[in-house]
Amino acid sequence: MRQIAIYGKGGIGKSTTTQNTVAALAEAGKKIMVVGCDPKADSTRLLLHGLNQKTVLDTLRDEGEDIDLEDILLEGFGGTLCVESGGPEPGVGCAGRGIITSINMLESLGAYTPDLDYVFYDVLGDVVCGGFAMPIREGKAQEIYIVASGEMMALYAANNISKGIQKYAQSGGVRMGGIICNSRKVDNELELLTAFAKELGSQLIHFVPRDNMVQRAEINKKTVIDFDPGQDQANEYRTLAGNIDGNDMFVIPKPMTQDRLEELLMTHGILD
Amino acid sequence: MAINEKKLEELLNQYPTKVKRNRKKHLIIKDSSLAHQEIEANTRTIPGIITNRGCAFAGCKGVVLGPLKDMVHIVHGPIGCAYYTWGTRRNKAKSDDPTKNFINYCVSSDMQESDIVFGGEKKLARLIDEVMDIFQPNAITISATCPVGLIGDDLQAVAKAAQEKHGVEIMAFNCEGYKGVSQSAGHHIANNILMERVIGQGDWEEAPGKYPINILGEYNIGGDSWEVERILEEIGYTVVSVMTGDGSYEELKNAHVAELNLVQCHRSINYIAEMLETKYGTPWLKVNFIGVQSTIETLRNMALYFNDPALTQKTEEVIAKELARTEPIIEQYKKICEGKTAFCFVGGSRGHHYQGLFAELGIETVLAGYEFAHRDDYEGRDIIPEIKLDADTKNIPEIHVSPDERRFRLKLSPERLAEMKKKIPLSNYQGMNIEMKDGTIIVDDLNHFETEEFIKLLQPDIFSSGIKDKYVVQKMGIPSKQLHSYDYSGPYAGFNGAVKFAEDIAMSFATPTWNFITPPWKNKPLLEGTIVEGGCSVC
Repeated sequence: MRQIAIYGKGGIGKSTTTQNTVAALAEAGKKIMVVGCDPKADSTRLLLHGLNQKTVLDTLRDEGEDIDLEDILLEGFGGTLCVESGGPEPGVGCAGRGIITSINMLESLGAYTPDLDYVFYDVLGDVVCGGFAMPIREGKAQEIYIVASGEMMALYAANNISKGIQKYAQSGGVRMGGIICNSRKVDNELELLTAFAKELGSQLIHFVPRDNMVQRAEINKKTVIDFDPGQDQANEYRTLAGNIDGNDMFVIPKPMTQDRLEELLMTHGILD
Repeated sequence: MAINEKKLEELLNQYPTKVKRNRKKHLIIKDSSLAHQEIEANTRTIPGIITNRGCAFAGCKGVVLGPLKDMVHIVHGPIGCAYYTWGTRRNKAKSDDPTKNFINYCVSSDMQESDIVFGGEKKLARLIDEVMDIFQPNAITISATCPVGLIGDDLQAVAKAAQEKHGVEIMAFNCEGYKGVSQSAGHHIANNILMERVIGQGDWEEAPGKYPINILGEYNIGGDSWEVERILEEIGYTVVSVMTGDGSYEELKNAHVAELNLVQCHRSINYIAEMLETKYGTPWLKVNFIGVQSTIETLRNMALYFNDPALTQKTEEVIAKELARTEPIIEQYKKICEGKTAFCFVGGSRGHHYQGLFAELGIETVLAGYEFAHRDDYEGRDIIPEIKLDADTKNIPEIHVSPDERRFRLKLSPERLAEMKKKIPLSNYQGMNIEMKDGTIIVDDLNHFETEEFIKLLQPDIFSSGIKDKYVVQKMGIPSKQLHSYDYSGPYAGFNGAVKFAEDIAMSFATPTWNFITPPWKNKPLLEGTIVEGGCSVC
């Protein structure tokens, strides 16, 4: 079982990319569980064709400790198993602690069965506190992919997340598997992202071009592969899934200084 | 064995350089030939050092709020903070109305994991409803514990909504344990809100009797305030309120009618004392009811303030009567205690107050200090303008009061006030250091390591401190008297208290216990080893 966590700046397209990639892996016959680690609980919407998932924490709150796996684990596209950890409404409580509770609950309920090929954790925005780092702590996830684009803030966030990975890589076994570029059609984006990944000591695992097909499928509450499997964009996700499946480059990232990051942008980020 | 700078240096040299530099500022060998000896206090304890200090929650809920008997004190947080502060301070209370005494209860929101995740506000609101339903207290306090501050529960909003719903005063205290450097921060937080929300809310415009006073900073540990009240009432004083030992919300509301505020523990309550003077024009008198001589001096100072021949005469009569009764008993115990030495390391005022009582028993205090006091408690209030405000101090909100338009009244004319200030400690505290003998040691925030080292150096006959260091010291073969909780005994204040204290201390010396204990080093070597000829061949 490979456990993979997807991080990246808020709004970069983590959930969309994760679900499309998972759909491609499921299509290829893999058995996958997706764990949404975002209080908004929208990490499995495309696989489940809508937001109809009761979250682990809501269930825990309503029914107490005595809950069954069936209450929180729903089957989505291609036999994928979908879980949402959920969390408090904005401004109250502690969402980070919620993720810890929820992953512990999944473990104690025996959600991690040996027949699973993959577990994907889709984690909220930046790593803001200990709770959000939960999937990469204590060997929950062994591989991390960061979704980024050629925009400055996305790279800045990716670099910051690398610092988190570096910290836990030294104490646990977590490694960085690569950078996924979810293109924003920024100048020189491919070159910039390739250089950025290389500087971190990692790789650009795939460059996903921008295509409105993704949004169209999303409006229909589906992944591209589910919505229209013959599309070029579907093939892009198949390639990304294939690259992840065959990936053997797992590194401890070397995050760069702010100055070096800006230098990199100056070198690669401007078309003239 | 006397201590000198060299010995002190040797002791401190065992610390790493940075720690030594820090701790050195917290230690003084008293030398009255110097113009002024400064001591560092109320700064953070170095991590890793075993300190006696508590936290802001302990100071707020545990010390100041806890003794108020007709209120229910809610601890909002996981159960430990409430459970481990339940009844441990021995602040006693009895009530004329047995349905309005909640001193024996421990009320907590007992936050669970899901309350941390989703926030504890709703559970707290439900808890308040339950408390109102079961107890109908006169008022409620809510004290925050660390996790509540971390997840950001809005206690003030919950308290406000509950107050509107139930129609009784419900006060929230943001006294998360991590605020400030010790429990001292919690005292300040509690003082502020009691002043803003309780004191002066009553409708009394006049005191119900002659010579009305409040007793501040007296927490009725082991019944201390009952003994103090017994004496004061016999002389003819009217005790309006006690803050907060055996105190109540109902009494506190009318504390503004007093003509004089007595301050026993300066550290924990000087904020209210000062604000009462600003708001109502009532001066405060630094008193000390620990020890026969201190009690007598306090009573005479009070009589001077009220300046009434009848009161003065009654004061002297009571003093003479009490002395005649208690002196012969204390004299008996003094025979056992005479010539002994003591360490006196307590809180924020007792480190000072008990030295006089020890002296009356013929016991010399060779080392004294405070756990959480500020510089003014050592050096006197004159140095307050010199105290540097650091981030930890600024973290505690300061409130500013102004004279109450209707109720502000100067209790003494400015001339008489100035004259009185020369004679008695009116609105002033000179601190502990001035009363200590040359060559004695003053230590701020004494820690485990220094405790052991100083005991080895000075070999005191009795050690008075708290529960945290008591047993370490007793295992070293030295009797230890807890002066926080009085070890299940008390009262120790006033005349009867002095007798009780003399009895307990004499008992510590006379107990045959020590003869029954053989410490391990008496019959077993501390180290074992062999001598190999030709040196060590292994390494």
